[in-house]
Order: sequence, then C-alpha cells, then structure tokens
Amino acid sequence: MIGIVDYGRGNLRSVEKALEKLGYEAKIMISPTEIKDVQGIILPGVGAFADAMDSLDKGNWIKPLQEYVQTGKPFLGICLGMQLLFEIGEEHGEHPGLGFIPGRVVKFPPGLKIPHMGWNTLDVRNPEKICADIPGGAHFYFVHSYYVQPLASDWIAATSEYGLEFPAVVGQDNVWGAQFHPEKSSPWGLVMLNNFGKWVNNQ
Amino acid sequence: MLAKRIIPCLDVHEGRVVKGTNFIHLRDAGDPVELAALYDKEGADELVFLDISASSEGRNTMVEVVRRTAEEVFIPFTIGGGLRTIEDIRKMLRAGADKVSLNTAAVQNPQLIEEGAYAFGSQCIVVAIDARQVAYSHGRWEVYIHGGRTPTGIDVLEWAQRAEKLGAGEILLTSMDRDGTKEGYDNELNKMISQAVSIPLIASGGVGNLQHMAEGLTDGQADAVLAASIFHYREYSIKEVKDYLAREGIPVRPVEGRSSMFEVR
Repeated sequence: MIGIVDYGRGNLRSVEKALEKLGYEAKIMISPTEIKDVQGIILPGVGAFADAMDSLDKGNWIKPLQEYVQTGKPFLGICLGMQLLFEIGEEHGEHPGLGFIPGRVVKFPPGLKIPHMGWNTLDVRNPEKICADIPGGAHFYFVHSYYVQPLASDWIAATSEYGLEFPAVVGQDNVWGAQFHPEKSSPWGLVMLNNFGKWVNNQ
Repeated sequence: MLAKRIIPCLDVHEGRVVKGTNFIHLRDAGDPVELAALYDKEGADELVFLDISASSEGRNTMVEVVRRTAEEVFIPFTIGGGLRTIEDIRKMLRAGADKVSLNTAAVQNPQLIEEGAYAFGSQCIVVAIDARQVAYSHGRWEVYIHGGRTPTGIDVLEWAQRAEKLGAGEILLTSMDRDGTKEGYDNELNKMISQAVSIPLIASGGVGNLQHMAEGLTDGQADAVLAASIFHYREYSIKEVKDYLAREGIPVRPVEGRSSMFEVR
C-alpha cells in the first residue's frame, strides 16, 4: 500500500489514479496515524514553500514523516513535495523545510518565462530506483518557479535544463524526489511511478 | 530543452463534444473522455476542455467529465467556461483538473484571479482572453466577454499585464477575428502579448494547416498552440503536427511508440 499525504496541497487524485491504473494499491492519507499502514509514501504538492510547511505542521505531519524516513522505507516527493525535502526554501524569504536533503531551494535567474512550464527532457545520471529504464531525452511535465540545489552533487539522479542545468530528480537510499509531475507525464512518468510501485512491493 | 506544447481544445456542451465556428455554429462529435484519452495516446501535450453548457445541470455534468478524465488521462488538462467563484474552481481542481481557465468572470471580478492564485497557486490559473482588433487601429485589440458577444472597452495588452500581476500563471489568447477562419493565428497580436508578459502564452484561433502551427510558435512567439477543429475532424494528427514542427527546427516532445505503458510490470 502506497500512502499519499493529504495536507491540503496539490492534485492528489491524479497521483492516486495513476498508481491505481498501474495496478498498485494507493490511498490518500488524511492523518499521520495512517502512516503505519503503508509501505511507501508520496508527498505531492503545489503552491508556496512556507504555506506548505505550515500546512504540514498544522496537520502534525512533520515528526511522523521524519520518523518514517528513518525506517528506510521508500519515500517520494513530487514537485513542491520534492522541494520540501530540503533544509531551506528561499521562496518569499528563507523558510525551513523537512531537512531530509542538505541544500536549498532557489529561484530561477531573471530573464526567463516563469514558471518553467511544460515538457522538458531529462539527462539521467543515476539510473536506479525511480530512474530505472528511463532513456535519455525522455520528456516530463514541469511547473515550477524555484529549483533545488543539493549541497552534495551525488544527490542528483537526473538533470534538466531551463536557462541553466538544474536537478530534476534527486535521490539517495530511500529518499527520492522529482521536480516534474510523473503522474502527468505519460508515458515515461508512469514508468517512473511504476518503478516506485515495484520498489515498494519488493520491500 | 523545453518543448513547445500542442494543445487540442474540446468544446463540451452538456457533457458532449462540439466545435463552434466563430462561436456560433455547433456540431456534435462525441464523448469528451474518450476523445481526451485518444489525444493523450496520440501525444497531445495538454488538453483544454471548454464547457459551453448554459445550464447548471450541464455544469454538474462537466464535473463528472473531469472526474472520469482524471482516471484515464495522464497529461495536464484545463477546464474553462462558466467558472465564476473560488468554489467553482475548487470543485474542478478537486475532481482532478490541473488548471482552470477564467474569462468573463475574471474581467468582471479581477480579484478572482488573485484569490484563485493565492488559494491554489498561479500554476493552475489560466486567464483566457478573447481579443478582437479595434477597427481602423494599428496594434490595438479589445477584450470581449460572454463567449465573444460583449465588447468591454478594455485593451488586451493592458488586461494581459494586469492578469499577470494579479497572479495568472498563463494566458490563453484567442483571436476572434481569426477564430474559425483557418487563415492562421493572429501573430501580430500573439507576439505583442508574448513580449509584454513573462508568463507562458497559448495562441488560439484561426489555425488551418501545419505551417500556421509553426508560425504561431515562431512569428507569434507563443509557448503553446491550441487547436480544435483540425484535430477534431482528423485533418491532421498530433503526430503529423509534431513531425512537421520538428522538421522546422521547433522543439517538440516526440510522439513515442507508446504501446503498453500499463503493462510494463
């Protein structure tokens, strides 16, 4: 069972339906007490960094999610959900994130159309876990105005380019994140979610 | 490299697909969910559903269309038409839409853009503008509302910039002069707006052939092109459009040999 964190942000239904279509059991979790029933967690999210952290805090998600990550079970952040894994977000001032990944979330340089919206290609550096079987040049659907900067480059599993090269997938051990929306990136995004589902089932 | 987007638009009336010519003449042509899944499979980058139902029953039918689409379609899709309140927007997003498109309601109540962007994020607020060139003017267009029936006296350039400031994440710009004519997009208009805002621009109205698509993206400097009838009546497939654009040197997401993504396990 894969649990999707519902903290009032993002299109949860799309993630749930994509997993179901691929044949996995998924449920939208409205309370942290449901974490004990799942073997994998997806943290989705759209909107602003500080608001999202605030919502996670109000829903009492932060400590249970930190404890879950310590267990070594699969964890995937999507879009803003990926950015929240970092220590600090620079959207509308500096705000602390969940801190699973050392690094910051920063704004694209001026002169580009913002948000970075649409289908862009991946350059896969680490073809493991969710990045298995993803060919170079595969397209994924992005919508974001900020991008992540891990302190250590070995967190970067795939990059994309928009004005500059930025991390599109980050991951080590059980903590992974995708800047784009795999649930909206048919067909390769579904391959990626399928990779996540297989990983969860093989636990 | 960021690809230019090809977006089929489905006009939906009481839960069925229709396509208007110059916003008046309608022809029935099928189930929106089936058509949406087909376009997804064929390589469309995004979809827009425009609800042209007049009744509240029709609107409720649309929510059901959105729910069913979210179960079958795994590319982003936008719902427009008749959304007037934050609650209307919330209903569509909760049903599974990725974005909503605001037109008349945004002109009458610009705060709706601001409130929508605040509540759900700019990325899901598309402001749709129906534009008609002001007679005997050079480079001036006027905003029309109510499906193109009512002139507002508002300048399109000013409105687009204001919409961006209020928090719109994207502009969907339809040339009423060109819509239904198959003479090509109004690229003078598109270029002017694309240069005036820093959010993505979707060009709409008037596409009749492959060259028009390319021109909208190059001369018109649009980030995406929207079309209805040429896809709807199978004059061109998405693949034909993308192959053509790629040959013209325009970055597009190639149509994959996407046979069995649900059987990869």
